[in-house]
Amino acid sequence: MNRWLNHRTLPLLATFGVLVILYGVASMRYEGFFTGRVMANLFADNAVLGICAIGMTFVILSGGIDLSIGSVVAFTAVLVASLVGPGGWHPVPAMGLAIVLGGLFGLGQGWLIHYFALPPFLVTLGGMFFARGMAFVVTKESVGIHHSFYDMLLSMHLGLGGRATLPATALIFLLVLVVAVGVSHFTTFGRNVYALGGNPESARLMGLPVAGTRVGVYALNGVCSALAGVVNTLYTGSGNPAMGMGLELDAIAAVVIGGTLLAGGVGFVEGTLLGVLIFGTIHSALLFDGRLNSWWLRIAIGTLLLLFILLQKEITRRATAQARPGT
Amino acid sequence: MSGSTPNKTEPAARRDGGASVPAGRARDAAWRRVLWPLLSLGVLLLFNLFFAPGFFHLEIKDGHLYGTLVDILNQGSKTMLLAIGMTLVIASGGVDLSVGSIMAIAGAAAAILVTQAAWPFLLVVGVCLALCALIGAGNGALVALLGMQPIVATLILMVAGRGVAMLLTDGQIITFDRPAFVFLGNGHFLGVPFTATIVATVLALTTLLTRRTAVGLFLEATGDNETASRFCGVPTRAIKVLVYAFSGTCAGVAGLIAASNIKAADPSRVGEMMELDAIFAVVVGGTALTGGRFTLAGSVIGALLIQTLTTTMYNLGMPPAIAPVPKAVVVVLACLLQSDKLRSGLRIRRTRGGAA
Amino acid sequence: MHTPSPERLRARHLGKSFPGVTALDDVAFTLRTGEIHALMGENGAGKSTLIKILTGVYRAEAGTIELEGRPFSPASPREAEAAGLSTVYQEVNLIPTLSIAENILLGRQPRRMGLVQWGAMRRQAARALERLGLELDVRRELRSISIALQQMVAIARALDVQARVLILDEPTSSLDEQECQALFTIMRRLRDQGLAMAFVTHFLDQVYDVSDRITVLRNGRLVGEFATDQLPRLELIGKMLGRDVSEFAPAPDAPPATGADAPPARIFLQARDLGRKGAVQSVDLSVRQGEVVGLAGLLGSGRTETARLLFGIDARDHGSLEVEGQPAAMRSPREAIRRGLAFCSEDRKTEGLAPNLSVRENLVLAMQAGRGALRRLPRAEQQQVADHYIQALHIKTPDAETPIRNLSGGNQQKVLLARWLAMQPRLIILDEPTRGIDVGAKAEIEKLVGSLRERGLSVLFISSELDEVLRVSQRVVVLRDRRKVGELEGELDEQRVLNLIARA
Repeated sequence: MNRWLNHRTLPLLATFGVLVILYGVASMRYEGFFTGRVMANLFADNAVLGICAIGMTFVILSGGIDLSIGSVVAFTAVLVASLVGPGGWHPVPAMGLAIVLGGLFGLGQGWLIHYFALPPFLVTLGGMFFARGMAFVVTKESVGIHHSFYDMLLSMHLGLGGRATLPATALIFLLVLVVAVGVSHFTTFGRNVYALGGNPESARLMGLPVAGTRVGVYALNGVCSALAGVVNTLYTGSGNPAMGMGLELDAIAAVVIGGTLLAGGVGFVEGTLLGVLIFGTIHSALLFDGRLNSWWLRIAIGTLLLLFILLQKEITRRATAQARPGT
Repeated sequence: MSGSTPNKTEPAARRDGGASVPAGRARDAAWRRVLWPLLSLGVLLLFNLFFAPGFFHLEIKDGHLYGTLVDILNQGSKTMLLAIGMTLVIASGGVDLSVGSIMAIAGAAAAILVTQAAWPFLLVVGVCLALCALIGAGNGALVALLGMQPIVATLILMVAGRGVAMLLTDGQIITFDRPAFVFLGNGHFLGVPFTATIVATVLALTTLLTRRTAVGLFLEATGDNETASRFCGVPTRAIKVLVYAFSGTCAGVAGLIAASNIKAADPSRVGEMMELDAIFAVVVGGTALTGGRFTLAGSVIGALLIQTLTTTMYNLGMPPAIAPVPKAVVVVLACLLQSDKLRSGLRIRRTRGGAA
Repeated sequence: MHTPSPERLRARHLGKSFPGVTALDDVAFTLRTGEIHALMGENGAGKSTLIKILTGVYRAEAGTIELEGRPFSPASPREAEAAGLSTVYQEVNLIPTLSIAENILLGRQPRRMGLVQWGAMRRQAARALERLGLELDVRRELRSISIALQQMVAIARALDVQARVLILDEPTSSLDEQECQALFTIMRRLRDQGLAMAFVTHFLDQVYDVSDRITVLRNGRLVGEFATDQLPRLELIGKMLGRDVSEFAPAPDAPPATGADAPPARIFLQARDLGRKGAVQSVDLSVRQGEVVGLAGLLGSGRTETARLLFGIDARDHGSLEVEGQPAAMRSPREAIRRGLAFCSEDRKTEGLAPNLSVRENLVLAMQAGRGALRRLPRAEQQQVADHYIQALHIKTPDAETPIRNLSGGNQQKVLLARWLAMQPRLIILDEPTRGIDVGAKAEIEKLVGSLRERGLSVLFISSELDEVLRVSQRVVVLRDRRKVGELEGELDEQRVLNLIARA
C-alpha cells in the first residue's frame, strides 16, 4: 500500500472503474452515447439526487442516517411553488425561506438524536412522515410555477462546446459539490465529521465538539435537501407533494456505491459524485436502449450495492488485520 | 444478613411468599408491556366515540359483518402481518427494510403462476411462501454469517427486490380472477373478513413457535445480550437466520393479500413504505428497537393503532396523505418514552424490594 | 540518582466516595520532573479513581492538587489537557480511520483563513514523532500500523500540546515483549527530557524495568511511595495485598492438606503450552476429576484469558488441550459445553446476564440451550429448577419472575452460578465468583465449591483474593505476567505463592 493506493482510496478507485466500464459499455452499444451532450446531461438530470446524496454523505460519514430527505425535498418544492404561484412571492425570498426551514428541520432532528440519544433511524423516520404530511398540507396537488425569474434561470446555460451545455440545475449541483469537497477536506467541521464517524468515544475523549458536529451534520443535510427541492422546481417547473418517495434510498445507494461506509468514518464526497454518475449512466443507458425496462436500474443498483458492501467489508478486514494479527 | 452458616435443607421460611410464582404474576408483566399502546388505542377509540358518528356502528348484511371497525381490521391486516414478522427481527436486535419489496415479489410470482402456469392455488401459495422464506433466509445469512449490519443487508433487497418483481411481471400489471386467490383478500369467513382469519392464524402460529418451543427464549436472550447467550450455548446465528426467513414469509402472506385486494400484481406500487409502518407498529407496540423482550400482541395493537389513526382522520375529512403527520408525532413520542435518558431524568428511582 | 527533582504535580489528602463506597481516602501522590512513576494496586485500590480525578473526569471531594505550583482542578479532560496534563489510555483512543498526522493534530490543525493546511500539519506531526525518536509516514492510516505504534502516536499527540505531565494508563496491555521495550525506550527518552510521567500498570516486571518510583494504593488508601531500587519485589507484593484480617474461620470441610489419602483421580482436563497473542504467553494446566484447582496471580496475570481459551471463547495460537484424554479443538462455547465444561464469567454485565430477562429465564438458559430449541423445558419444570436453586443458594429475590437486573450484584452472581450448576457439568470454571458480594454470600459460595468437589465435579477457581483461593483449592497454579510460574500442592500458604510471583 502506498500513498495513493490505500484502504481509503481503493473503494473510490473501484467505483471509478465501474463508472468507466459502464459508460464504456454503453458507448459501444448505443450510438451517440459517447458525446459531450450526454455527459453534460448526466449532471443536469441527476442534480436533485446529487445534491441530496452530497448532504447524505456527511450524515453517513458521521455515523448516522437520514431517512427524511425525500419528504423534505417534496415539502420545500411545494412550499416554493405555492409561495411563488398562488402566493405571489418573488422566488428568491421563497427559496431562501425554504432553505432556512430545511436547515431548521434538520437541526431539530439532530437535536433529538444527540441530546436524547435516540436512534437516527427512528427519528428521521418520524421526520419523513412529518415532512411528507406537511407537504400535503401545503397542497394536495401539483402546483405549477410561472415567473420571470424562473424563466431567466432556465435560460442560463454554460456552453461546453458542441451541443453540450450545463443548465442552471447542473451548475448548482456542481457548486454544491465544490463547496462540499472543500468543507470535507479543508474545514475543522469536515474533519470532525470524519472523526465522529470513525470512533465517537475517542472523538469525545479527544475533546472534539461532538454535539455541535452531530447536530450540525443533520442541519447541513436539511439545507441540502431543501436546496434539492428548490432545484427540483427548476427542473420540473412545478412542485408536487408526492415526489421524491424513495429518494433517500437512492441517495444512500449512491453514497455507498461511492465508497462511503455505512458505519461512518470512511468515504469521500467525490465518491458520492461517482455513485450518482453511475446511477445516471445506467438510467441514461436504459433510456437509450428502449428495449430494457426501468426496473433493471433497481436490480443493477441493488447488485452494485451488494458488491460494494462486500468489497468494503474485505478492505476493512484487511486494514485492521494488519495492526492486530492473531486477535 | 444472617451470620450463621446456612442450612440448605431448611425450608425458605424467611422469604416472603414462595419463589414459585403463580402464572398470574407473569401474565401481569406481559400486560404491563402493552399498556401504553393499548391506552393510546383506547384514547383514539374514545375520541371516535364522541366525535365520529357511526364509527362503532356494526351491521350484518348477507351474513357478513360490516362497519368501520371491520374495515380497520381488514385494511390493517397487511400491516399486522408485517409487524408480526418484524417483531421477531427487531427482537433479535436487527431490522428488516426489505419486507415491502418481498411483498411485491410474492404478489408477482403468485400472479404469474396462477395465470400463466395455471397451477392449483394451494401449490402457488406454498411455492411463493417458500420463496419468500428463502429470500428472507438470504438476508439472515448476510447478517448472521457475514456480519453485515441489518440495515445495510436488508437495504440491498429493498432497492433491488422491486426490480426483481418487475422483472417477473415484465413491467406489467398482471390481473387475475382465480376465485381462491380473490377470496384471500376479499372474502369472508364466519362473518368476518378472511384476512382477519389469516392474521389470527399467523399470530397463533407465531405465538406457538415462540412460546411453545424455546425459540422465544433464545430470541429474547440473543437480543438482550448476544455474548452471554453465545456463552450459554444458544445458537445465536441460527436464530438470526430464522427470524429473517420468518419475516420474509410474513411479508409473502401480506403480499398475497395485497395482490388479492386489487385482483392484480402491481410490483411498482405494492408495499411502498409499508416496512416503515411495520417498524413503527412494533416500536409503538412496546418492543424496543435495541432488541430483547418482544410482544407480538403489542405489535398487532400498534398496527391497529396506525390503521385506526388513518381511518379516523379520513372520517374527519382529512386527506389521507396528511396521515403521516400524527404518525410522526407518535413515533417520536414512543421513542422518547423508550429512551433511557428521559426515563432516568423524569422518574423517581423505585426502591428495590427484598434484594440485598 | 537520589537528587530530588522539583515536584511538578502534587496531590494531597485526596478523597472521593460514591454511593456506598469510599474510593479514595486521604491519598497523596507526587510526580517529579524527569521521572517515571508507577502507580500500583489491586482491585478496588483506587488507582482508576485517582487517575480520573487527575484527568478531569471526576472532581475530588477533598484535598488539593497543584500542577507546577498552581492549583489544579480540571472539570473535564479538555481542561486538564489545556493545563498541561495529557493522558494516554489503555484503549488507543484515537480515530483508526484517519491518518497518523490527523490523529496527532485533530482539533488543533494548523489553519489559514479557516482552511486546514495539510502540508503544515504533516510537517508538525512528523516533528512530534521525531521527538519520540520515531519515523513514520504520517500519511498512513492509523489502523495500518501495529497497536504498539498506535500507542506511540497517542503519546505524540498527548505531548504535542506541550504537556508537563503525561499519564499512561495501562499502556502495555496489548503489547508483546518487543513492543514494550520500544515503548520503554521512548519513555526513558522523554524522562531524560524532563517530562513527569505516571505509569499505571500491574505488570511487575515492567515496573522494575522502567520506573523510578512506585506509589502503592490499597482499599482507597495510600500505602506508601517508594524508590523502585529500594523496594524488593516481595515487599511490594506484600504491600499491595496487605495483611487482610480474615473475616471468617476456615470452612469446616476444608480440602485435605495432602493428597496422600487415595490414589490420584483421573485427569479430566489437560492443557499444554496454551498461548494467544496479547492474552496468554504460555500456560500448562491440568485438572483431575473431583479436584479444585486454584488459579492465582495478580491482576492482569492472564487468568481470565486462560479461562477463555479453555472454554473456547477465544482461539488459541498454540498449545494443546485434552478433555478426558481426547484432543479438543475448543472452537466455541457450545463445544466446551458439550464436553462438560461450564464457565461463570467475571464480567457479569457484558458476558453473563441477560438483564431484562427474569431470574428463571437466566437460570435455565444454558440448560435449555443444551436441549435444543424444540425440546422446551415445561414451565413447571423450569419453575422447579429455579425454586430449587433459589433455595439452595439463598438467592434473595421477590420471585423467580423478577428481571435479573433488579437484583443486587451478589444475587445476580448466584443466579449465574446456578445457571451453570444446573447443567451438571464435569468441570466448572469460576472466574471471580465472589467479586462484589457481601461476606455472608462469599462464605456460602466457598462452601458450595467444597460440596461440588464432594460430588465429583472439578472446579477451576480464579480469584484475586489470594486467601480465598488458598482456602478453597487443593492445588494452586500461579501465573505472573501471562505466564505460569509455578504450581503448589499440599502445604498451601500465601508466602509460597508470593515467593513464586516475586521470583524475578
